[in-house]
Amino acid sequence: MSMLPQLAPFTVVLIPFVGAALIALAGAHRGLREGLSWVSSILFFLAVMGLLGAFLAGETISQSVWEIMPGLTIAFRLEPVGMLFAAMSSTLWVLATPYAIGYMNAKGYANLGRFFACYAIALGAAAGIALADNLFTLFVFYEILSVSTYPLVAHTGDGKAKQGARTYLALLLATSIGLMLPAMIWVWTATGTLDFADGGILAGQVSPTAGAVLLVLFMYGTGKAALMPFHRWLPAAMVAPTPVSALLHAVAVVKAGVFVVLKIALYVFGLDYLRELVTSDVMLYIAAFTMLAASLVAIRQDNLKARLAYSTVSQLAYIVVGALLAVQLAAIGGGMHMLMHGFGKITLFFCAGAIYVASGKTQISELDGLGRRMPLTFAAFFIGALCVIGLPPTGGIWSKWHLVAGAHDAGHTMIMAAFMLSTLLNIGYLLPPVVRAFLKPLPEGEKSGFAEAPWMCVIPLLLTALGTLVLFFMAQSAFDLLGGLFGLATNPGSVANP
Amino acid sequence: MTITELMPFSVLVPLIASLVCALLPGRFWPWAVTLAAAIASAIIAALTLPAAAQTTLSYAFGNWPPPIGIEYRVDAANAFVALLVAGMAAITLPWAKKSVDKEVPERQGTFYALFLLALAGLLGITLSGDAFNIFVFLEISSLATYGLIAYGSDRRALLASFRYLIMGTVGATFLLIGIGFLYVMTGTLNLHDLSERLPEVRDTSTVRAALAFIIVGMGLKLAMLPLHLWLPNAYTYAPSFVTVFLAGTATKVALYVMLRFVFTVFAPDWSFVVLPLSTVLMILGVAGMFAGSWVAMFQPNIKRMLAYSSVAQVGYMVLGVSLVSVVGLTAAFLHLFNHALMKAALFMAVGTVIYQVGSARIEQFRGLGRTMPWTLTAFALAGLSIIGVPLTAGFISKWYLIQAALDQGQWVLVALILITSLMAIIYIWRVIEAAWFKQREPDQQAVGEAPLTLLIPTWVLVALNFYFGIDTRLTVGGATAAAEALLSGGLLP
Repeated sequence: MSMLPQLAPFTVVLIPFVGAALIALAGAHRGLREGLSWVSSILFFLAVMGLLGAFLAGETISQSVWEIMPGLTIAFRLEPVGMLFAAMSSTLWVLATPYAIGYMNAKGYANLGRFFACYAIALGAAAGIALADNLFTLFVFYEILSVSTYPLVAHTGDGKAKQGARTYLALLLATSIGLMLPAMIWVWTATGTLDFADGGILAGQVSPTAGAVLLVLFMYGTGKAALMPFHRWLPAAMVAPTPVSALLHAVAVVKAGVFVVLKIALYVFGLDYLRELVTSDVMLYIAAFTMLAASLVAIRQDNLKARLAYSTVSQLAYIVVGALLAVQLAAIGGGMHMLMHGFGKITLFFCAGAIYVASGKTQISELDGLGRRMPLTFAAFFIGALCVIGLPPTGGIWSKWHLVAGAHDAGHTMIMAAFMLSTLLNIGYLLPPVVRAFLKPLPEGEKSGFAEAPWMCVIPLLLTALGTLVLFFMAQSAFDLLGGLFGLATNPGSVANP
Repeated sequence: MTITELMPFSVLVPLIASLVCALLPGRFWPWAVTLAAAIASAIIAALTLPAAAQTTLSYAFGNWPPPIGIEYRVDAANAFVALLVAGMAAITLPWAKKSVDKEVPERQGTFYALFLLALAGLLGITLSGDAFNIFVFLEISSLATYGLIAYGSDRRALLASFRYLIMGTVGATFLLIGIGFLYVMTGTLNLHDLSERLPEVRDTSTVRAALAFIIVGMGLKLAMLPLHLWLPNAYTYAPSFVTVFLAGTATKVALYVMLRFVFTVFAPDWSFVVLPLSTVLMILGVAGMFAGSWVAMFQPNIKRMLAYSSVAQVGYMVLGVSLVSVVGLTAAFLHLFNHALMKAALFMAVGTVIYQVGSARIEQFRGLGRTMPWTLTAFALAGLSIIGVPLTAGFISKWYLIQAALDQGQWVLVALILITSLMAIIYIWRVIEAAWFKQREPDQQAVGEAPLTLLIPTWVLVALNFYFGIDTRLTVGGATAAAEALLSGGLLP
């Protein structure tokens, strides 16, 4: 049993929001603002851990906050996938806070009160999505997340940032309002409920055609999952300062997207019902196509952040594929990939930002020999890359393992082949930067010598890289947590005290 | 004094106060008297709604028993609208003081007297159970409104007012012709009595013509496309406060009258059969939604942009009516209420900008996000409500509207509603972009934040937009009761 106090879920979700309000009030006062960012991220982390402890101890925690319309409530409930998402985003927020402070100060950005306030709101929204007990609550926080990240993407305020941010918001709002909202209302009209339930709520309630259409609406309505052709917002959002790209566009926002996909697959459709739908294979192959196509695009990108962005599009598709394979192992693999890719990709983005802060370089072709000047950063980049590719000794291998095993279970040989091919492509776009940095000489005229980014930037990226290594050994806990979905936990006692 | 005896005073108080107001000199007392009258009306209306939701209230004027005398007959539907009208007057008046002082510096006694007449007229239309009385109150409120619009400081206000006068008179005349036909056929003007006597004679072309005349007449006052032409100019050039009040109330009352005739006087199973009303209203509603939103996206004047947005929002209400179901009518009533909240908040925010800057053109909004953060944030938040973001009032009405469309399997309508919502994002976004992402030109005057007397009422309305997006007991309950009252022929005891 955890020693931490156990708060109500809604209280936990409110922590970042209250933090954001205080940070906004602190505004230009630097010490106060940064102190509050620390306090809210750590408090939030502890609160989530408190919930996790109670959850692992087997308590059922749910809370109904407010009934907006008859039958339509704001409600929260803890369940395995959501708990994993909440735990991941709260952990990474604590690590991202020093990075964001170090990065934003090193590059001399203005309007930091607004920046850190929106950052905190985004995390609160992610927590709300993670703990939501029904589609409506989830939708509310999903929209808060879209809107609150807009100022972060447009932070620099120049023409390019505005253009990127506009694409970002337009795509996310258009898909969620245009597709997800009608799908949600349709589900409500058909079933009379929006609550997440084990095994889904749709089976037997709507015609097969309606179910098939609903699946397409939900999959594309979750624009944050970046399924092609609605992935454009992710590369566009790379105009944001790197801490935003790292925490939000590698972790909170995109993970919210795939989390919604998982959640809808598991609790609205139910895996058994999902397999019956005629469109599930269509969406599956679209996701597999996204996985490969985005990798191919990534290889052609010279801008490091753009390459990472397309890599994210590709990796998100893994998780969507995991959900749509509609077998238990693949769903677990998808959930685990959410965690593993979160740690791996945030490391890579942290590194990209650290490289930019230390040397001003943004293109991969400029990285020659930089590994000698920034050994720590590139070592971390290497580990993060291994995790995203899915090689030992990083956690990434386990999620891909389960995804491939799930594809085998489902009898989708083509998907297995796609996974393998995509892994090769991952190597093709993630390792060249490392190779250039370590094996090529520095260009003429650049002085060698140790020149890392500020410590506030370097330590977080080392910690997240370390995290991917730890996850290699700790993956069983994540598996057990998710296995709880299907009563698969191998040894429940072993995870009671993480 | 029972609630039935108190209820007519929500009309009488502003009517009497307007006489007092007209005689008062200066700038403070006319406003204070108006505010007091509006608050009194609002309180009475608030007391009436719960009672009317229980049972239909009936008050016979001069103790002449209906149908001989004039009767005020109030069920959930008109109590709901009356509360909206009186409540909007009471909430917006505290904001009016500063704005009116600036835009209407002289003859405020007459100005407020006209305002009270308009208010009394709108409330009278809502509460009255007598067809001719409704026409009289319609003319009272309309004539007062023409005067109010003409108070606008821009000379074009006169033309806008005159144009509204012509079109409004045509509309009122159509209503009168319709009522005349009904009187010829039945010999009565009492709505309740009409609804009982009409079934015997309703298979005549006279009665069918009466229905058509009334719908066209009220469609004009309602600004239903293509009868909306008076609205953009009237809203644009009227004094800001008048626009705020009209946007929140006048078209809503016209919609109420139309519904009252279509549903209770003629009974829906007749009026929707004898005329292709459902189809016509649906087409006009959708056309209004689209045309209004489309034109709004390109308006350089923000007041005019919001006016076109109103045309679009009226389209939503008409669409809800056209579905002829409890959910659809509930959506229409909900949107009638919620749209008043959001549009008034938006117009108040724009009025506050006009107070500070002197113009509502989009160029004048440049850079205001920094210098007038509270005003522009209020605008942005009210904008969220008009887009229909969850936790705002606008979301609730759209939710019901989409649900009503889904109930009838009208997929295309769902898509159209969502597309127009996305168009709303675009026109609200233009203002946000100008305010926050553009710098003020060097030759534009620098302005600071508006005074608190303007900000606080604006924010109260913004807060209400969110309150009614979260606590929907009053709105959904009231709207459902209103819809049920209409569909079950609420004038029956």
